[in-house]
Amino acid sequence: MSNLSSLSYYIPELIIISAILLIIILDIIPSTKPYTFNLALASIIASAFFLCQNYGESHSLFMGMIALDPFSHYFKYIFLFATFSIILISRFDRQLDKKYASEYNCLLLIVLLGLFLMSSSVNLLMIYLSIELVSIPSYILAGMLKNDKESNEASLKYVIFGSLASGLMLFGLSILYGITGSTDISGISSALQIIEFPLTIYFPLILILAGFGYKISMVPFHFWTPDVYEGAPTPITAFLSVAPKAAGFAILIRIFYTMFTVGGISEGAVTLNGINWPALIAVASAITMTLGNLLAIQQKDVKRLLAYSSISHVGFMLMAFVFISPEAVRAIMLYLFIYLFMNLSAFYMAIFASNKLNAHVIDDWKGMGRINPILSAFMVLSLLSLTGLPPTAGFVGKVYVFAELFKHQQFYWLAVVAILNSVVSLYYYFSIVKAMYLDEVETPVEAIEAHSVIKWSIILFSAQNLLFFIYWEPLIEFIDNSIHLFEV
Amino acid sequence: MESSILTLLIFLPVAGAIIMLPFAKLYGKENPHIYKWIALVTTSLQLFLSWVLYSNFNPAMSITESPFTVQLDWITHFNIQYYLGVDGLSMPMVLLTALLSCICIIASWNIEKQALGYFSLFLLLDAGMMGVFLSMDFFLFYIFWEVMLLPMYFLIGMWGGPQRMYAAIKFFLYTLFGSVFMLLAMLALYYYSDPHTFSLITLIQTAGSIDAEIWGMSVKYLIWISLFIGFAIKVPVFPFHTWLPLAHVEAPTAISVILAGVLLKMGTYGLLRISYPLLPGEVVNFSYILAVLGVINIIWGAVNAIAQIDMKKMVAYSSVSHMGYVLLGMAAVISESPEGAQAGLNGALMQMFNHGTITAMLFLLVGMIYERAHHRWIIFPQDYKQPELAGQIAFGGIGAKVPVYTAFVAMAFFAGLGLPAMSGFISEAMCFIGGFSVFRTLTIIGTLGILLNAIYFLRAYQRIFLGPLNEAYKDLTDITGRELITIIPLAIIVLWFGVYPAPLLDMIAPAMDGIIQIVQSVI
Repeated sequence: MSNLSSLSYYIPELIIISAILLIIILDIIPSTKPYTFNLALASIIASAFFLCQNYGESHSLFMGMIALDPFSHYFKYIFLFATFSIILISRFDRQLDKKYASEYNCLLLIVLLGLFLMSSSVNLLMIYLSIELVSIPSYILAGMLKNDKESNEASLKYVIFGSLASGLMLFGLSILYGITGSTDISGISSALQIIEFPLTIYFPLILILAGFGYKISMVPFHFWTPDVYEGAPTPITAFLSVAPKAAGFAILIRIFYTMFTVGGISEGAVTLNGINWPALIAVASAITMTLGNLLAIQQKDVKRLLAYSSISHVGFMLMAFVFISPEAVRAIMLYLFIYLFMNLSAFYMAIFASNKLNAHVIDDWKGMGRINPILSAFMVLSLLSLTGLPPTAGFVGKVYVFAELFKHQQFYWLAVVAILNSVVSLYYYFSIVKAMYLDEVETPVEAIEAHSVIKWSIILFSAQNLLFFIYWEPLIEFIDNSIHLFEV
Repeated sequence: MESSILTLLIFLPVAGAIIMLPFAKLYGKENPHIYKWIALVTTSLQLFLSWVLYSNFNPAMSITESPFTVQLDWITHFNIQYYLGVDGLSMPMVLLTALLSCICIIASWNIEKQALGYFSLFLLLDAGMMGVFLSMDFFLFYIFWEVMLLPMYFLIGMWGGPQRMYAAIKFFLYTLFGSVFMLLAMLALYYYSDPHTFSLITLIQTAGSIDAEIWGMSVKYLIWISLFIGFAIKVPVFPFHTWLPLAHVEAPTAISVILAGVLLKMGTYGLLRISYPLLPGEVVNFSYILAVLGVINIIWGAVNAIAQIDMKKMVAYSSVSHMGYVLLGMAAVISESPEGAQAGLNGALMQMFNHGTITAMLFLLVGMIYERAHHRWIIFPQDYKQPELAGQIAFGGIGAKVPVYTAFVAMAFFAGLGLPAMSGFISEAMCFIGGFSVFRTLTIIGTLGILLNAIYFLRAYQRIFLGPLNEAYKDLTDITGRELITIIPLAIIVLWFGVYPAPLLDMIAPAMDGIIQIVQSVI
């Protein structure tokens, strides 16, 4: 589709772009400065509205640079939801300096735009640009607390690791271009099929995997995660732990199922030229979840603990990625959706704890069960879901991932590793529960209420864990309708 | 009405727990009365419902014919059903659960600390237990199985003894470790059976034809092992039993009762409900090991109980020993003589029920003396905080002081050691009869357990109640009316089934015959 006619399918993104520009202008004028918050939220709602309009359609936009398909739609909903919630929460977070609220909102919208592009790019150039569009504002956001040493450190580490990873990825992409002469992923796919020497493909594949692995914090590209998560402002940590990860998975699925798979996403597709990247992913998955869990056990800081836990969840999702089938993609998409809610609510609880109680390490959470009984109860629900125990949606997510292993009757060792990991994860998630309820508190505690926005966000997000456990069939149907990847 | 009674049995406690929540604002969380009463009313209603179920229950009907069965689609594309049913195997367990839940609420009447939390969690636990015994869909079964863990964690961890936090997380980790293997077994059964189903009734027909291999081992064998790990930890079978003494000792009295009375039975119930009918071939191959483990449990539990100087720990180890009888009886299913197999399996299920009532009595009685004396040592340990008392007999001669209490303890102890005319005798004897028809030597070794049981029960009785009165306890008060309410129903049941076990036997025999038939058909 030509550039001009593409624009009519590009309204959601255009809304975000104009909101970004407007916020920059409004920020300069003192009387309009307070409205940037409302504008940001309004633009997200408007964008979501226009996104709904062309759900279910598949188009190739901007001369084959971007694909519009149900698959990217699904992820765009996740991004919109996460960004909306984060912008809302950030306004009531005490840690952030309100002086920079408009910059903050503007940067988040830029990241959102980048995420949109990431989920729908089908051209190597666009892929690289979109990833950078997500990364660069994220570096700034991580260092948003200008006077905080840890935040600065987080930002710097993020930049260094991020540049290295994107450099590697760029190298991989350029090799791909060199051997195929195309930047379009379907073009590359057909060109790769006649290459007989597997090492030629392995080399760029691993380099690209490094770039994406860094985005989703897959071991061994995870080193930035704990430090950045700990140092960054908590709302940004929450955002980084869900949205870019979802985008990373979106692009991982798109690239690997298009370029390195013959037959696309459909049942019975095989890997390109017998390149055994599923085995590679399986090993990475096992290492990722094991390492994430084992390191999480020793953490004292709640944010750091959640950082390692997010690494281990990536390992779980990668487990389904090993199989090339629509159901495997469905399992990942379902898991991401559930993970969004359980992780955000856990991080929001951390925001509450650090804002009102100045609590950062687990020991500071002592007596939380009596300080705020309602939120603590919902936090237990989220932690239960993160562990993957019924009656929570986290369990459903895990069952779908495990089911893939049994359906394909492969990689049973991975199943054993994974279940042992979920037992281990219970220990550290429940160290938080233990602090909240079981540990004795010497001094008498008094009840502390959270700000109503934070409170209701935690309650509603945690309640999803129960809701999507009791009945998740509509969700699965929605995901099933969204698995269609754009194919030429 | 008939088809909703099972749903009510499960969700009535949940409703009770939800009803409690609004009262937190009105009365505050620390005012225990309202929560106690709500919990009591709920569990009494549940007990009443289970009685209604029992009086309309026809043991001869299978799950598919029974009018109580509920079968609804839940998640269609995964073929998960809301499938509840009751047969001779689950009926006694349902009665036991309802009875013990109600009794435990009365036994927890003195709970003051965070009553809302305690009673609402207790009701959730109750719902989970009921769910396990009534589910006929593996997925549903698994969910209820796991749902129990969280309330149990809090109940031990918040209201337990000094080591409660360690005990709670150990219990949680152990059980989860077992149940994740069960999850794998569940999914394997689903995907290897044709058509894919979680229904435990359909799987009886289809699981037999599974014929695949993983890592050079048959899938059925691996499923059996995984299920066994899950169930064995719950029973607990030696060597998976180490969570038990700790959890039982640290838990508050009512929770120990539930742990020993109901939760342990879930392991053996799971074996009988899932492993036996679905994988009869593996049962046959595995029965000898099962019997060996049973005998180890009997002896190991009893020997450990002898070594205990803490009453509650002694009772906890006696549970390990008594669950060994169940395993031995279950292993006898392969017996060539039909009487042997019947005696074994019926004895096993009866022992599950009887041990539930006897051990409940024991824990309740230990709890009573603990409430009065604030300790429950039989002999003070060497490192006791008052060095002059270390190594001394803690009580002594209080029998004359508290005669009614003593009478009940005597009864519970005698029931525990398997005295004739008590229910424990009948079921233990049946387990041995069954066991003897297949495993001669093993059973003979196992009967030693009876002797060992007598040693620790009688010795404890002697040290606590007989001899000259210990002056420190001259003001000990006898059993109160509320405590009598908790103990008398159990005492009646123990005596009744000891003299006349026919009602229990009639209830379970057809279902047990069904299992025997399935297993015998593959020998």
